[in-house]
Amino acid sequence: MDFNLTEEQMMVQNMVRDFAEKEITPIIKEYDRKQEMAPFVLPRMAELGILGICLPVKYGGQGMDYISLGLACEELEAVDSTLRVVMSVHMGLNSMGLIQWGTEDQKQRFLVPQARGDKIACFGLTEPGAGSDVAAMDSTARREGESYVINGEKMWISLATKAHNVLWIARTDPETNDPHDGLSAFLVELDREGISRGDIHGKLGVRAGSTGWIACQDVRVPLENRIGEEGEGFKIAMSCLDNGRYTVAAGATGLIRACLDESVSYAQERNAFGREIGKFQLVQQKIAHMVQSYDAARLMYLQAGWMKNQGIRNSRQTSLAKWFATDASFEAASQAVQIHGAYGYSDEYNVERYLRNSKGAVIYEGTSEIHQLIQAGYALGYRQDAPLRKELPTYDEQAWREN
Amino acid sequence: MNIVVCIKQVPDSAAKVMVENGQVTWGDAPLVMNPWDEYAVEAALLLQEEQGGDVTVLSVGGGDVDEALKIGLAMGCNNAILVTDPALERADSQATARVLAAAIQKIGDVQLVFCGKQAIDGDMGVTAAQTARVLGWPILSLASSIKMEEPLIRVERTVEEGRQVVEGNLPAVVSVVKDIAEPRYPSFMGIRKASRATIPVWTLEDLGLEAPTFHVSWPELNNPPVQEVTNEIITGDSPDDVANALADKILGEKVL
Repeated sequence: MDFNLTEEQMMVQNMVRDFAEKEITPIIKEYDRKQEMAPFVLPRMAELGILGICLPVKYGGQGMDYISLGLACEELEAVDSTLRVVMSVHMGLNSMGLIQWGTEDQKQRFLVPQARGDKIACFGLTEPGAGSDVAAMDSTARREGESYVINGEKMWISLATKAHNVLWIARTDPETNDPHDGLSAFLVELDREGISRGDIHGKLGVRAGSTGWIACQDVRVPLENRIGEEGEGFKIAMSCLDNGRYTVAAGATGLIRACLDESVSYAQERNAFGREIGKFQLVQQKIAHMVQSYDAARLMYLQAGWMKNQGIRNSRQTSLAKWFATDASFEAASQAVQIHGAYGYSDEYNVERYLRNSKGAVIYEGTSEIHQLIQAGYALGYRQDAPLRKELPTYDEQAWREN
Repeated sequence: MNIVVCIKQVPDSAAKVMVENGQVTWGDAPLVMNPWDEYAVEAALLLQEEQGGDVTVLSVGGGDVDEALKIGLAMGCNNAILVTDPALERADSQATARVLAAAIQKIGDVQLVFCGKQAIDGDMGVTAAQTARVLGWPILSLASSIKMEEPLIRVERTVEEGRQVVEGNLPAVVSVVKDIAEPRYPSFMGIRKASRATIPVWTLEDLGLEAPTFHVSWPELNNPPVQEVTNEIITGDSPDDVANALADKILGEKVL
């Protein structure tokens, strides 16, 4: 068993860290306060290749492996969650869905520009009235000849107003016995007639990101935009979540690290009762928990990333990593604020932003409660992973780097 | 135009550098490319984009310098060469300059050598000039911008009194400062190339050099004196009282 990162993975990690620390750290508070995404973030991430990091070179990507994607997410979220959110929706939930389920033609038309960062992608599953209960969605896609007509509204969509493409899940068959079987997936270009969208403001966290809604009113998309077969929408959405959750887990790990680093540094500079507060056992206990959480979260997401590289189904491990890391990041951020005392409560320090940002990830991409049901389901034998018609392609260094 | 960039591997600038038993240590902090040298790499790559040719990163040091050289490759340099030899352990800047000069000559057909203005560990700041001296080439030091007007190179130097424009003949050695341009990050394509690269290793014998004599050594190294810091909060009934008490305190401590 080899726990070492490769030289290449370490270089990727350092490169993404440098970018985030040099270019985002200096401006993040300003944009968090303004509740806006800094306009240069997406073009810069595209220019640096981060938006295509783990996709094959022949599809416009950078040819790195899935572990590199995780490492990049850890580094991005160690600076701000909104950067990692970009990777979750653009890469995990959309582009990786295309590479798994898309036809060659769809990969050429949609994946190539997304991998290059010329087009930004998002994911439309959640609706105003359907979150954890995916099958309760109202969105419909009605077949009319060689096209579908889509109606419905998606909500809490990251990059809703920034993206060019959305992977939209809608009901194509209202008659199925199991409502999950009536769903289908579509790649919808967001400049189509009948689409309106907007940002949601007043969120607790991820304020320097873009979260919004997208509504489709009689939006006509050609048959060639349907991803997978009719009725495969739920399976496609779940495999997208297997990848999105991986990026969330890796990102939350970075958030724990940020809490730990800032708590250690503050505990060594702040004095109380005649000594630095790091000398007090109750402060040490909080720091020890952060260390424990960081190491465990990192091992879990790296294991899931390794399984993706090997082409081994990882729904259980990814769910576990996501559940653990996001819960632990919320706790770490809360304790980091506590260590910082009153200063931690103000945005003079970063930890209050970490706390606000960490709460979102405990809710999206499967709430912690859903992940507990999933884990219990596996343990009790109520849940098994049936093989999929199309699996996420196994990472193959040579194939990934061919032009 | 073929360019060589001389780089050094140093402890990360964020590392806590300490002296223990007369030896410098930086704990388990990583070794990185000397930050000033990143500017030299950037200057070379910018000039290459304009003029074509090859950029080679060159370093003298232990076998682990590979990492810094690979960063150079990942940033976009075409080649990397490491010179390492047990006889070079604790080499002074003069000996290093002789080795660099010999390596530059062995590379051959080099028109320009770029260096950072100094290394953040030894802080001598003379290797670029000494290398130029050994090569018999002009040194254009502390350049903040570069313009080629072959066979001349024209650089702007930022000095305390203002700015100077200096011209020199090629081949030349140029040391650069931060204003030259922000160093680029390694690209993914560069990282892929660098991770597969096997960096040629040259020894003194390969360069036709004898083991050098060192003229400068470090017989004594000390940590900076520990500063005793105490905090005192001055209170008073009015801002004037506080200000007066503070002024008395400052005068009393002979700070002013």
